[in-house]
Amino acid sequence: MQTIKLEQVKKIFHQGRPNEFCAIHGIDLTIEPHYTTVLKGPSGSGKTTLLSMIGCLSRPTSGRITIGGDMLSGLPERFMTEIRRKTFGFIFKQFNLIKGLTVLENVMLPAYPLAPNHAALKQHALQLLDQFGLVSKATLNVEFLSGGEAQRTAICRAMINDPEILIADEPTANLDTKLSREFMALIQQLVDQGTTVILTSHDPEVYESPVIDRVVEMRDGLLESL
Amino acid sequence: MKSFFLKQRYLIDFTLSSLLRRSGKNIGLLLVYTLIVFMLASVMLFTHALRNEAGHVLAESPEIILQRMIAGRHDLIPGGYLEKIGQVRGVMEKHGRLWGYFFDPAIKANYTLMVPRDRSLGEGEIVVGAGIARTRGVGIGDILSFRSADSRTFSFRVMDILQSDSELVSSDLILLSEAQFRDFFGIPEGFYTDLVLRVRNPKELRTIAEKLTLKLPDTRPILRDEIMRTYDSIFSWRQGIVFILMAGAILAFVIFAWDKASGLSAEERKEIGILKAIGWETADVIRMKFWEGFIISISAFLLGYLLAYLHVFYASAGLFESVLKGWAVLYPEFQPIPYIDGLQVATLFFFTVFPYTVATIIPIWRAAITDPDTVMR
Repeated sequence: MQTIKLEQVKKIFHQGRPNEFCAIHGIDLTIEPHYTTVLKGPSGSGKTTLLSMIGCLSRPTSGRITIGGDMLSGLPERFMTEIRRKTFGFIFKQFNLIKGLTVLENVMLPAYPLAPNHAALKQHALQLLDQFGLVSKATLNVEFLSGGEAQRTAICRAMINDPEILIADEPTANLDTKLSREFMALIQQLVDQGTTVILTSHDPEVYESPVIDRVVEMRDGLLESL
Repeated sequence: MKSFFLKQRYLIDFTLSSLLRRSGKNIGLLLVYTLIVFMLASVMLFTHALRNEAGHVLAESPEIILQRMIAGRHDLIPGGYLEKIGQVRGVMEKHGRLWGYFFDPAIKANYTLMVPRDRSLGEGEIVVGAGIARTRGVGIGDILSFRSADSRTFSFRVMDILQSDSELVSSDLILLSEAQFRDFFGIPEGFYTDLVLRVRNPKELRTIAEKLTLKLPDTRPILRDEIMRTYDSIFSWRQGIVFILMAGAILAFVIFAWDKASGLSAEERKEIGILKAIGWETADVIRMKFWEGFIISISAFLLGYLLAYLHVFYASAGLFESVLKGWAVLYPEFQPIPYIDGLQVATLFFFTVFPYTVATIIPIWRAAITDPDTVMR
């Protein structure tokens, strides 16, 4: 397990254009392995932007992001993709499951570029679905799932490549209180298995949950407290 | 290497499921694409088949035809010219032919009347081509009546109908005896329509033709190779006409395909973003979309070519025969010999599959190089 370090990370959108906008103003942050960290803050505080840079989905305009001492921020796209695929699992706010595909196909999708043995991949996907109570829905198309089921499918998809770090962007934004608590219980399972979890949220069900080890507050692209 | 093929298999699996998910749009595209390939391939295959057929037919024809010219027009040639030709080295055989055209007002069609050398017919007896038998609705034993140029009515009994394997040239043919032919057209004894010469060595053709021109300055020798070249030009010209007529349809397809290939829907863009976010490389996305374009275009190509093959070789190219064969009323019915030309297939493949596949790649590349964090927003 590796420590994630951010040094003077800055993100500017539309740089040099009239609509230039600075979303992150030089942040320093260290995220320890095996911790469950939540980035908390109102809309527009820069949580999602910071999370996407940590997860190698985008690059900082300036500053350094390292994981286990290896710098991520300057890597070419191909290497960033490889790290993203092997190190991180993602859960998006809108779930972002691909319609028209079954639950099983959606879960297996991140592993396709790695070309594993098909039978082994299917077996692993079914194990995950079983762990999260979805094995009976494996052959169902994802558009027929409830919000909670779609969320659990997204978790299974995030875990298919056995990532060290799980990243979840406002994972309870589309869930009611009961489903939000169930989600946090599932996160607890993953933490117990040794996964590092980084979330963004302004939902008290998330940041007040006993699962959370650390809350990082953000406002206007800056950290408020650590 | 194994993992490369396994990866391609995963990508193709995903591509097929993507195509099925947008089945309405893709089936529409496939149908239009197939139709275009079908039309192009039909014209190419049929023109090629006609050329082949004409080549086979002309292979049996005499090497040199000698026509008499008066004031630049083809005229009857006296039989005495056969003696004037005398002994030309290399000529195996020479004889006069009697043939001509007759317009039948009943069906508004032109017939070719000819005196055969290999069968003898009595007075009032004719043998007709299958096209005439079909169009006039006559069979063996029936009577056909024609009015000659001097207003006399001639009645002929149909003794036989020419076989359909030679229909390309025999569809509009009527065979009759020499006496009947001369009487019907009023051609005096000792005159022929033209003379034909058989030559053993094709390398001597030009020399013999030159000798004939010197000996008989009012004649024109026509070589078989020249006729073949003329046929070739005519079929190429007709093929060109059909292609020009189809240009509108092809252009409409190009616009349609370009729009489909170059414009990605919001859903497709989002899907690309998701794939990148969950760990697919830009190259994987491009490969997947390449397979999508390739599967559509190769399916349309194979389907269109197969349909064109069936259309041309098993349905006598019903859609294009009137333009490409060129007969006015008496269309010959014939089955061209099934044949596939590798270069022709490659040309059609290059002009149909290749542009579409390339057209799909550029917009995908543009969409695929965008940062995957767009799906977070």
